[in-house]
Amino acid sequence: MILNKTKEKLLEWFFLAFAFLSNIFLLGIVIVLFKEGLPLFKDIKVADFLFGRHWYPTFDPPEFGAFPLIMGSLWVTIGSIIVAVPLGLGAAIYISEIASPRMKEILKPTVEVLAGFPSVVLGFFGMVVIAPFLQSAFGLPTGLNALNASILLGIMAIPTITSISEDCISAVPRGFKEASYALGANKWETIIKVTVPAAFSGISSAVILGMGRAIGETMTVLMVGGGAAVIPHGFLQPVRTMTATIAAEMGETAIGSDHYYSLFAIAIVLFILTLIFNIIADLIAQRFRKRIV
Amino acid sequence: MDNRKWREIKQQMGFLALRTSALIIFIILGILLYFLFVRGIKVINWGFLTKMPENGMTSGGIFPAILGTFYLTMGAILFALPLGIMAAIYMTEYAVQGKVIRLIRIGISNLASVPSIVFGLFGLALFVNYCKFGVSILSGSLTLGIMILPVIIRASEEALLLVPNGFREASLALGATKWQTIYKIVLPNAIGGIITGAILGVGRVAGETAPILFTAATFYTMKLPNSVFSEVMALPYHIYALMTEGSHPKEQKAIAYGASLVLIVLVLGINMIAIVIRNYYRRKKKW
Amino acid sequence: MVTTNRMEVKNLNFYYGQNLALKDINMGIESNKVTAVIGPSGCGKSTFIRILNRMNDIIIGSRVEGAILLDGQDIYAPEVDVVEIRRKIGMVFQKSNPFPKSIFDNIAYGLRINGINNKGEIIDRVETSLKNSALWEEVQDRLDANASELSGGQQQRLCIARALAIEPEVILFDEPCSALDPISTAKIEELINELKEKYTIAIVTHNMQQAARISDYTGFFLLGELIEFDKTEKIFTNPAKKQTEDYITGRFG
Ligand SMILES: Nc1ncnc2c1ncn2[C@@H]1O[C@H](COP(=O)(O)OP(=O)(O)OP(=O)(O)O)[C@@H](O)[C@H]1O
Ligand SMILES: [Mg+2]
Repeated sequence: MILNKTKEKLLEWFFLAFAFLSNIFLLGIVIVLFKEGLPLFKDIKVADFLFGRHWYPTFDPPEFGAFPLIMGSLWVTIGSIIVAVPLGLGAAIYISEIASPRMKEILKPTVEVLAGFPSVVLGFFGMVVIAPFLQSAFGLPTGLNALNASILLGIMAIPTITSISEDCISAVPRGFKEASYALGANKWETIIKVTVPAAFSGISSAVILGMGRAIGETMTVLMVGGGAAVIPHGFLQPVRTMTATIAAEMGETAIGSDHYYSLFAIAIVLFILTLIFNIIADLIAQRFRKRIV
Repeated sequence: MDNRKWREIKQQMGFLALRTSALIIFIILGILLYFLFVRGIKVINWGFLTKMPENGMTSGGIFPAILGTFYLTMGAILFALPLGIMAAIYMTEYAVQGKVIRLIRIGISNLASVPSIVFGLFGLALFVNYCKFGVSILSGSLTLGIMILPVIIRASEEALLLVPNGFREASLALGATKWQTIYKIVLPNAIGGIITGAILGVGRVAGETAPILFTAATFYTMKLPNSVFSEVMALPYHIYALMTEGSHPKEQKAIAYGASLVLIVLVLGINMIAIVIRNYYRRKKKW
Repeated sequence: MVTTNRMEVKNLNFYYGQNLALKDINMGIESNKVTAVIGPSGCGKSTFIRILNRMNDIIIGSRVEGAILLDGQDIYAPEVDVVEIRRKIGMVFQKSNPFPKSIFDNIAYGLRINGINNKGEIIDRVETSLKNSALWEEVQDRLDANASELSGGQQQRLCIARALAIEPEVILFDEPCSALDPISTAKIEELINELKEKYTIAIVTHNMQQAARISDYTGFFLLGELIEFDKTEKIFTNPAKKQTEDYITGRFG
């Protein structure tokens, strides 16, 4: 009898341990990143790492200024948002408010398929289709640049933005809209002045989540960014992001070298940035849910 | 009157803008698929799928890459699925709303947001170097498995929540223990949803490159893997390598088109299978 | 009277979190009799009946004060195994909830859970319980059919059969007929009438005629309190309390 109870309690603890695995892995990642990244700062000052303008890890003496990489990541992230927000949000409003059921049946799978596209294939597409196009359109020496990366990251962010925004817009209570119609507003005015503002916090959380995805994306920017570790000052310039730097250089470093440590240090920055994006997105989404429900 | 006309024009223009953005997304997907299919299909034939690469990657097939991707995804799912199901069981069957569950949810959400390249570094430091698994199927599978754990947990949780509470109550009222109820009633009724989630996870993993860059993948190896400690070729990495390494860009590009098409068909096919299975279970579902 | 009480409820208070849902309930449930619980929606009938086999244990944050005795033993005592209690006290729910299994397996489930693995015995007991729940005639040639293919009334009788199969001592019914048509309802009422030969029965019902037809004792609940508890005849012909009279004569708002 008591045995039964103890057994059940033990089982509960057993499952609890598995539930905590995500936290454990997350902690493991933090530990690994810091253990392998912090040794860099025995030789390099944190400020020199974060704000140094020269990334020459293989020179003698090497320089580990990650600022151009951080800026590179921010540039393509912002670029991707410029591409993805109008398209993704527009499509979300269209799907939830205007589209006929048949259009919905076409558009929703379209967005889902886009979400499933492997990033390496998009990167490949950027290299063989978009790059030549940009090259001839703008008369550039190469089409591998921040614009190309922004377009691809934008395409990758669209599904996130569209599907979450659409959920939020659909969740706006009918009563809000009916009140607006009752006041004589037409459908467009209702969408712009009532529905979208009511879903605003949910939509912002979708956008921030999309940014988090974009800043952490590796393969596309590695393939189409163009690779120059300089601070970009235009979208037609090559960029090199934090992720691309790690991916491109880790293979050539010796374990325990400053170069090795520096790539983990970049990963720390990246990790913290995406963590912040995700936490902000979660908080906003929670507020949205509370307000709507 | 004028005002009304103006409002109507604004409405029409607004609708047009919305419709256009939806259309553009549709066109983007169309262009992507068009190029990949039209150019990829040219190089695909039976030999391409079943042969080893030849002449230093400039001809021959991509069989080892397909096989490697198969091993890596299977390994990742075999690792993540049991863990994910058990975590989900705690969340839906045992957890009490409160601090503990909030903490767990924060963990899941943030693990899901970690960039894939960071998983790659984690796998490199932990599995490849520290555990001395080397660059291998094992290291790559574990890395990928940890990466998709949140996806699996969420999908399983959803599937478990769909099981009506009445079933649990009926079972408990018959004198079943909680564990018997979970094992014999809840899990069997959630299995369709869990499988769907797992297959969607496979689709995600199959296309991932960054996590296996330093943990599992190699551009070229003459031998097929013979144990979990072998390094492998993998489709996504193969595409990347064909485009950035080697000395015959033109021939390699053609193969990359073929490999991309294979990968896309694989990923979309897997997702389709998941949807078919979901529909099958929905139809079979008797409540 | 006290000596024939199968179950006894003593000074029961029940809380959902901070909410006191049942206040100081005292009543007995007599052996081989039908005890009905009536009252307006939300007065705590389901809450009360679910306390009797500890189904409310699974509601997080709920709390029981007082004692519930089964044959003199407090079922909420710390050393008592809740699984054992639920084996002895079966339950049939308001919304019929057969498992999405075959008719046979629905009933066999409870048997197997309780350690009966002999195939012959399972077959016998499935048949007996289907006969006892007056369903055998209708389903004997399709025991392999999925339970969801049965009508609502048949499903509810299957749930009764499932509860009977493990031979409980007490059976609790929570509005078993609320989703059924009059013919199915009549069948189940008839069934309950037969079942009291062997079992002790408590039933929640919305329907006063039903309580009058099938029960021997009736308790009237209002806002979490047991207003009146007596012989059914007495409650329906000569209630002691004004609120009871108002309710049974339909004057209740
Ligand atoms: N799980 C729960 N958590 C919190 N409060 C609950 C819960 N279940 C019921 N209650 C509350 O307890 C009170 C009694 O509910 P109960 O379901 O017992 O009523 P009832 O008499 O069975 O009503 P009905 O005839 O509608 O089934 C109600 O106020 C209800 O809101
Ligand atoms: Mg009730």
